[in-house]
Amino acid sequence: MTESHEQRTPVALTGLREDDPRLQPAARHPETVERVIAISFVLGLVLFALFGYFFIVNAPAWTLGATLGGGMSLLGFGLVAWGKYLMPRGPFVEERHTLANSKADRDAFAAAIVERGGGVIKRRKMLGGLLGGGLGVFSVVALFPLLRSLGPMPKGTLFHTDWRKGSYAVDQTGRRIHQDDLTIGSLVTIFPEGTQDTDRGQAVDQTVLIRLSNADFVTQKGRENWAPMGYVAYSKLCTHLGCPVGLYEQQLELLVCPCHQSMFDVTNGAIPNFGPAPRPLPQLPLYIDASGYIRAQRDYDQPVGPGFWERS
Amino acid sequence: MSNLATTRREKKANQGPYGKLGQALGELDDRLGVAKGGRTFLDKIFPDHWSFMLGEIALYSFVILLATGVFLTLYYVPSQALVTYHGSYLPLVGQKVTQAFASTVDLSFKVRTGLLMRQMHHWACDIFVGAIVVHMARVFFTGAFRKPRELNWTIGTTLLILAIVNGFLGYSLPDDLVSGTGIRIAYSIILSVPVVGSYLGFWVFGGNFPGAAIIPRFFILHVLIVPAIIVTLVTVHMVLLVRQKHTQFPGEGRTEKNVVGAPMFPVFMAKTTGFLFIVSGFTALLGAFAQINPIWQFGPYDAARISYAVQPDWYMGFLDGALRIFPAWSFMGFGHTIPLEVTIPAVILPGLIFNLVFAWPALERKFTGDHEMHNLLDRPINRPKRTAAGAAIFALLAILFIASSTDVIANFFHLSLNTVLWAMRFLTFIVPIVTYPVTYKICKELQGVANAGKRKTANVVTRTSDGEYQATPSPAYVDDVAHELEPTPVPAFITPGETESNERGVRTVDR
Repeated sequence: MTESHEQRTPVALTGLREDDPRLQPAARHPETVERVIAISFVLGLVLFALFGYFFIVNAPAWTLGATLGGGMSLLGFGLVAWGKYLMPRGPFVEERHTLANSKADRDAFAAAIVERGGGVIKRRKMLGGLLGGGLGVFSVVALFPLLRSLGPMPKGTLFHTDWRKGSYAVDQTGRRIHQDDLTIGSLVTIFPEGTQDTDRGQAVDQTVLIRLSNADFVTQKGRENWAPMGYVAYSKLCTHLGCPVGLYEQQLELLVCPCHQSMFDVTNGAIPNFGPAPRPLPQLPLYIDASGYIRAQRDYDQPVGPGFWERS
Repeated sequence: MSNLATTRREKKANQGPYGKLGQALGELDDRLGVAKGGRTFLDKIFPDHWSFMLGEIALYSFVILLATGVFLTLYYVPSQALVTYHGSYLPLVGQKVTQAFASTVDLSFKVRTGLLMRQMHHWACDIFVGAIVVHMARVFFTGAFRKPRELNWTIGTTLLILAIVNGFLGYSLPDDLVSGTGIRIAYSIILSVPVVGSYLGFWVFGGNFPGAAIIPRFFILHVLIVPAIIVTLVTVHMVLLVRQKHTQFPGEGRTEKNVVGAPMFPVFMAKTTGFLFIVSGFTALLGAFAQINPIWQFGPYDAARISYAVQPDWYMGFLDGALRIFPAWSFMGFGHTIPLEVTIPAVILPGLIFNLVFAWPALERKFTGDHEMHNLLDRPINRPKRTAAGAAIFALLAILFIASSTDVIANFFHLSLNTVLWAMRFLTFIVPIVTYPVTYKICKELQGVANAGKRKTANVVTRTSDGEYQATPSPAYVDDVAHELEPTPVPAFITPGETESNERGVRTVDR
C-alpha cells in the first residue's frame, strides 16, 4: 500500500534504525507543539505561584481551588501533549508469551501436591482429622470476640420504648405539654419526660402529637379513650425504614415520611394509604391529668419502627 | 587500589558510557538483580485506545482520595460526644452538636484549603465510583473479561462494591442531618435480614440505633480497613494486568499473540502522569466551583428531625429508588415478620445484581462453550446478545436511579406522586425488556453496514484530456484500512448457522 501505511506497521522496539519513522514525533509541526506545551507549562507555573500567594493571604476557597486545579490541568495537558506528539510515534509491538507451562511442569506441580502432600495425609488420617477439627473449633470460637463483643444482644429492647404509665409528654426542650398548648391542626414532637435529651429518646421514643379536634377522638375501634380532647399521638418512626415521619399535611390529615413518601391517615389509626410502609404507625394511648397535662396511659402495644424477624 | 581514580577524567571513564546514573543502576543491579526485569518493564507496550483511559480515571481518583483523605484525618474528630458549637458559621453558634459534626464544619471554615480538600474528596469519590462503573462497562461490552482475565473481573467487581461501601461510610462521618438519616435507613435495612437481622444490627451499631459506637467504627472502617483492602486489591489488579498483558482491539498487525502500542517509557509514562494531573486538576476545579454536601446548611443529626427532598450520593440511588417503588409487602406469620418491602429491594436485589456480575464470565463460558484464550477485544455490535444483556441491566439500574427522585419529579412536572410511582413501577419492567431486543436489533443492523464506525473518504474527481470526468475513491485513512477493527469471526457456537459475508457491505443476516 502507500508509504505511510508501511510506516504504520508495528515493529519491535529494539533494533530500530535511528532514522526509523516510528521513532519520529507524531506531530506534523513539532516546533508549534513545543511552543504550546511551553506556554501551558509556564501558565501552570504561574497559577501554582498564585496558589501560594492566595494561600498566604488566606483568600477565599474558590481561588485556591481555581489556581491549584488550573495549574494541575495545564501541567497535565502539556505532559500528555508531549507524550502524544513529541515522543516516538510507533506503533511498536511486543510478543505475548503463553502463560501456561508445559505438560511436564504442570504434572510435576500437581504431583508435588497430590503425591507428596496427599501421601503424608493419607498415612496419618487421624492426625489430619484432628487438625481439621481443631481448626474448625478455632474458627468458630475466634468469631466470638469478633462478633459478640461488638454489641449487646437485642433481647427485648426492640419491643419497648421508654413510655410508661403516667409518663409526661414533653417537647424537645423538656417542657410538659398542657391541654391548651396546641390549636386544632397543629402538631408537636413529644418524648417521655427525661428522655428528650438522650439518643435513645430521640431515636426510639419520639412521638408526634397532633390535635385533631376539641372533643375526644376515636381513631379506631377499641381505642375509644386514647385521644382525649382531640389529642392523638403516634410513633414518629416510619414503619418502612425508621425515618422520622416529619411532614404533616394538615388539610388531608396525613402524616408523610419524606424519605420514601409513605403516607399515614391520622384520623384512621395511621393506616398507610400510600407508599412502601407496610403497617400503621403505632398509636400511643393518652390521658389528660387533673392539672391538664398530657400523659401516656402506658407503652405502645407493639414494637415501633421498621419490621424485623422477631416481631410477631 | 591501583586503579583508584584521581582525576575527573579517569573517574568519568570508570563510570562507563552511561555516566553516574549508569553506575548507580549497576550498583542496584548488583544487589537486587533488576536490570533485565526493569528493561522489560520500561519496554512494556501499552495499546492506544481512549477507552483504556477509563480505568486510569478510577485509579487516579483513588490516589486523590488517599491524598485529600489523609489531609482530612488530621482535623476530623471521630466522636459522638456533644459539644457546643462556637465556630465561624454563625447560624450554628450555640447549638449542641457532635464533635464529628463540629470538626467537619471547622475543617471546612477554619483550616486553610480545608473546604477545598473536603469538596475534592467528595467529588473524587463520586468520580471514583463512576469511573469504575464506566470502566467495567468497557470491559464487559468488549469481552475483556473472558479467559484468561476472569479473576481480574472478579477483583474489579469486588472493588466496585468496596468503593460503594466506603463511599457510604465516608458520607456518614460528618454526622449531619442528611447522612444521619442515611445511617438510620442502613440500620433498618440490616434489621430487615431474616433471622439474624436484629443481632447484626446490634453488633454493627453497638446496640439499638443510634448506638454510641457508630461514628468511631465507621471512621476506622473508612480510613483504614476498607482502604487497606482496596489498596491490596488494586495492587493485585495491576499485577495481574502486567502479568497477563493488555487486551487490544483487532487491527493492523495485531494478533492474539502480540500487543501493539506505545512503550511504557517514556511515552506512556508521560501521558499517564499528565493524565493524573488532569484528573487532579479537574477534581480541584470541581472542588473550587461546585459546592458539594454543605453540611452546615443541613445541620447536625437529630434522630427526631428530617429534611425534605434529599437524595443520597448517586451510586446509592438505585437502592433508594428500589426501596421507594417496591410495594408494601410485609410477610407476617408463624410469630415472625419478614419485612419483604425492605429485604427484597435493599438486600436481595443488589445481591442478585452483583452475583450476576460476578458470575457473568462463567455464565458466558457455559452458554457459548467458548473456553478459548482471548486477547483481542470484541466490538460490541459483533456480540449482540451480550451487548443487549448489558444494556438491559444498565437500563434497569438507570430506571431505579431515576425512581430515587419520585417526589422531585412529581413536584417539578406537577404530576401526582401516585402517577410517578406507578409509572416507575411499570418502567422498571418495560424499559429493560424493551432495551434487550432493541439493542440486539441495532447490533444486527450495524453488522450489515459497510465501514460502520469508520471515517468517510473523499471521492477524487479528475478530468481527462477529452473532457471526461472520473470519480475515484481516495484511499482509506491509514487507521481505517480494510482489516482495521475487523471483527474476529463470530464463532459458530454463538449463533449456529449464521454466516458472515466476505464481501463488504453485503449482509447475509437472516431477517
